[in-house]
Amino acid sequence: MTFFGLHFQDIVFYALAAILLFAALSVITTRNPVYAALYLVLAFFTAAGIWLLLEAEFLAIALVLVYVGAVMVLFLFVVMMLDINLDKLREGFWNALPIALPVGGLMAVEMVMIVGVRNFGADKVLAPPAHPADYSNTAELGRVLYTDYLLPFELASVVLLVAIVAAIALTLRDRKDSKSMNPAKQVLVKKEDRLRIIKMASVTESTSVEKTNTEANKETK
Amino acid sequence: MEWFANLFGSYWPAVEITGWTLIKIVLIVAPLMGAVAYLTLAERKVIGYMQVRIGPNRVGYFGLLQPVADGLKLLFKEIILPTASNKTLFLLGPVLAIAPAFAAWAVIPFDMNMVLANVDAGLLYILAMTSVAVYGVIIAGWASNSKYAFLGALRSAAQIVSYEIAMGFALVGVLMCANSLNLGKIVMGQAGGFWHWYFLPLFPLFIVYFISAVAETNRAPFDVAEGESEIVAGFHVEYSGMAFAVFFLAEYANMILVSMLAALMFLGGWLSPVPFIPDSFLWLLAKVSFLLFFFLWFRATFPRYRYDQIMRLGWKVFIPITIVWIVFVGGMMQTPWAYLFH
Repeated sequence: MTFFGLHFQDIVFYALAAILLFAALSVITTRNPVYAALYLVLAFFTAAGIWLLLEAEFLAIALVLVYVGAVMVLFLFVVMMLDINLDKLREGFWNALPIALPVGGLMAVEMVMIVGVRNFGADKVLAPPAHPADYSNTAELGRVLYTDYLLPFELASVVLLVAIVAAIALTLRDRKDSKSMNPAKQVLVKKEDRLRIIKMASVTESTSVEKTNTEANKETK
Repeated sequence: MEWFANLFGSYWPAVEITGWTLIKIVLIVAPLMGAVAYLTLAERKVIGYMQVRIGPNRVGYFGLLQPVADGLKLLFKEIILPTASNKTLFLLGPVLAIAPAFAAWAVIPFDMNMVLANVDAGLLYILAMTSVAVYGVIIAGWASNSKYAFLGALRSAAQIVSYEIAMGFALVGVLMCANSLNLGKIVMGQAGGFWHWYFLPLFPLFIVYFISAVAETNRAPFDVAEGESEIVAGFHVEYSGMAFAVFFLAEYANMILVSMLAALMFLGGWLSPVPFIPDSFLWLLAKVSFLLFFFLWFRATFPRYRYDQIMRLGWKVFIPITIVWIVFVGGMMQTPWAYLFH
């Protein structure tokens, strides 16, 4: 089925690609860091859409789940709490330009050399083979991960674990000034530990009121 | 039908599929909105009776038209845009809150073949959608440019990110038992009556999932994101009229969604508990209502958690429990008792 000579998939691809490029450019051009983070969310979403077109639904959903649902939430969390002075951020622009320009140019050249036009095109990258309806992307991915790529997969998970332990070890310090509590002890607290009932003779109000009245009477006399 | 087909010519198959999908979406969303409306009434009635009151009983018989009256009232109210707020994001907040709450329903199966999209990674899709829902709260809190709203947004973000992990791990146990991420297959894996439902072998995960679900939907006793007594109304303090109502709708739609998921994954979905009564959509409805009742019951019973206690419960209690039980289930599957976990 074609619309104006374009396949439906092509139309979806170009629409998603246009949004992706716009969002990615906006991430670096917009001045408000909260907007930048939200544009990055949009970029992840459209990238997930393009992966869906490639029939990689597991990866597409995982991208949304991990990057949009967890990573970017924490990004936003931090960015929202920063009080950023935009004028100060732009102050050093012209001073940094002579160094930044060659570095940026070098990076662009490197990227073009790897993902340049020579390596792309319909003849270089073949379309993914069509799968039968009962083909499970998820099951296939799991099979490949736990058989063919078991060692790299386990190594990657160990590296991640080390990173987690390191992050906790770096930030966890025993602060003397912060009060911490022990929930187990809190639960065990009895009434007697906190509450003291004192028995004392009652003080009637009438006697004191009468006294003040008589005093007041004396003064007026 | 023939006339339509001729009108669209070669485009007819695409138009036909789109039309049918739209009709199915309406068939899911319209009853969902009705359920949301009457869940609010049920909540007020149930909590009313628990507190020895009657609850709303003036509009219609037994107060049955109360949700309609509330909806109309909110429709006619003005949406106030605070002058110091970020207008675009302020209006985007409610949209982002409700869109994922409805989008997640696309993969929910209601009966054997009653599902809008039979996605193979359906469970993952739902997890992704529910995790996206937090953006509505964060953006609303930030765009309001108000201290209370911002505090509510921060609390909510931290809470949802924390409990998502425990919730995800609880679901890992289910997919280990079912060998599938497809919700329909998960339900069919529990076929064979009450004793085959997953909540029995995965009982700790079921409890963790349900409590995490209460926390994920920001319901009492985990409603520190709203916390009337401390931060007025939390992230939606600056919202009025329909903009507020949309947040309300999203919260209740999410409550129904997580109850539906619990019913599908742990309580056998539409399967009948006993062999002599046939499986039916009504079973699913009954199970979801039963779980929703717990949400209301919790709200009437428990005082609000303190914030540090919420974090402790999520990270130090639930996540270890789920990890231990997943390892236990995985180990048991290698023993002769593996049949208990299928």
